[in-house]
Amino acid sequence: MPVQIRIPTPLRKLTHVEEVVETSAETVGTAITDLESRYPGIQERLLDDEGQVRRFVNVYVNEEDIRFLQEKDTPLKDGDEVSIIPAIAGG
Amino acid sequence: MAKLKTQGFMKALQCRECGREYPLEARHVCEFDFGPLEVVYDYDKIKTKLTRAAIAKRPQSMWRYRELLPVAKAPTVGVEVGFTPLIKADRLAKRLGIRELWIKNDAVNYPTLSFKDRVVSVALSRARELGYETVACASTGNLANSVAANAAASGMKAFVFIPHDLEKGKVVNSLIYDANVISIKGHYDEVNRLCAEIAGKYNWAFVNVNMRPYYAEGSKSQGFEILEQLGWKIPRHTVVPMASGSLLTKIHKSYQEFIKVGLVKKSNYSVHGAQATGCSPISAAYREGQDFFKPVKPDTIAKSLAIGTPADGFYALKVFKETGGASDDVTDDEIRDGIKMLAETEGIFAETAGGVTVGVAKKLIASGAIPADDSAVLCITGNGLKTLDAVENHARSTRNISPSLREFDALLDRDKTLITK
Repeated sequence: MPVQIRIPTPLRKLTHVEEVVETSAETVGTAITDLESRYPGIQERLLDDEGQVRRFVNVYVNEEDIRFLQEKDTPLKDGDEVSIIPAIAGG
Repeated sequence: MAKLKTQGFMKALQCRECGREYPLEARHVCEFDFGPLEVVYDYDKIKTKLTRAAIAKRPQSMWRYRELLPVAKAPTVGVEVGFTPLIKADRLAKRLGIRELWIKNDAVNYPTLSFKDRVVSVALSRARELGYETVACASTGNLANSVAANAAASGMKAFVFIPHDLEKGKVVNSLIYDANVISIKGHYDEVNRLCAEIAGKYNWAFVNVNMRPYYAEGSKSQGFEILEQLGWKIPRHTVVPMASGSLLTKIHKSYQEFIKVGLVKKSNYSVHGAQATGCSPISAAYREGQDFFKPVKPDTIAKSLAIGTPADGFYALKVFKETGGASDDVTDDEIRDGIKMLAETEGIFAETAGGVTVGVAKKLIASGAIPADDSAVLCITGNGLKTLDAVENHARSTRNISPSLREFDALLDRDKTLITK
């Protein structure tokens, strides 16, 4: 089973309304490159000019924030689920 | 882009990062860079309407500043919220070693005893305007209570999502209003992540997700009230507890807006931030001189502040820089001491976040970040009756006797401190 990436509402225009897309990439970083090749424009939404994940973008692999893992180098394996989620206010 | 339609005193939503504008809908994130959206107001128009004389004629609630709050028409939810007491706290001032001290006491806010009634009143009024009948939130407790109560009072349906380990008082305080309370096996940041996904799927007004640009603005009313209650002037120092950092940035914004529309004179002021050591990503970044925080996994009794990935942390750090404010954090023991100190000196029983604010104020005064000959306002945001678990084994114990005068005499005789203390 390939890696599934859940696409947040603000980016669905780019993925032609797809909520979940699949990839066989081996890290979070290459998954973003793979997304860009299929849905041009998505990379600059997620990464800043220096290629880092934008400060208001949170990326999770199987519910864990990649900032607690290996950031963009976090490895992916079959069946993993990646979520891309904007930062949210307090409660 | 076509000219956006104005609504009341609101012109548009705008990305804080890149400035792109969006219509005044239920949306919270810039499609381009995920930056948070914020309401843009017509300050020139507001200036002509919102005068001290006009405000004085209005009821004593947060809505007396309604031109600076993001609703198109008169509010329909939480009309009575706000205008909580600003107390001159001489006894606590003496204890902390500062010349003048004030407590803004949202522990007695209406109807659910926390500052969250301010943001919920705005979010639900605006949700109604946008045609929603179901409201929802991700919450550390206080927000859940307020969404549940205000939804009940206005006949809206409510879903509240909370971490599984909240204080009992905060859980019952949501259930009693017949809200759907969904308890998540995880900490707040995980609840938040799930809610972002639920909000993308179900078309509800999620107060701190798609309604966030409106919701967050409600916090400004606490700042507006402080300025009016101080006699239309800006306090030299304000100490604010931080979870996501949203309240702190909105207190700063409220001071800026009152200057902008001419209600107060410009003067030097500093806004300081308070966190619990067990969840202190913002104060840690401040201490290290970073302009961005590193997320943490929370472990503190101050559960209402336990947000490890603070959405407004970046902007809070900017406020310190702009106003010469400082940030610090306190341990669980210092939080309990802070709660007790406020209760013993001023008769105010605050929740754990209040203990954080008092504890950090003590540290900032001791270090000179807040000079001893200055004046400060402490923002108390929630009520101690909701977090009894945190202090119940740390307060004094009852002395138990039979209904006998002899036993009472004997008790006084045995323990002289009952009278001399």
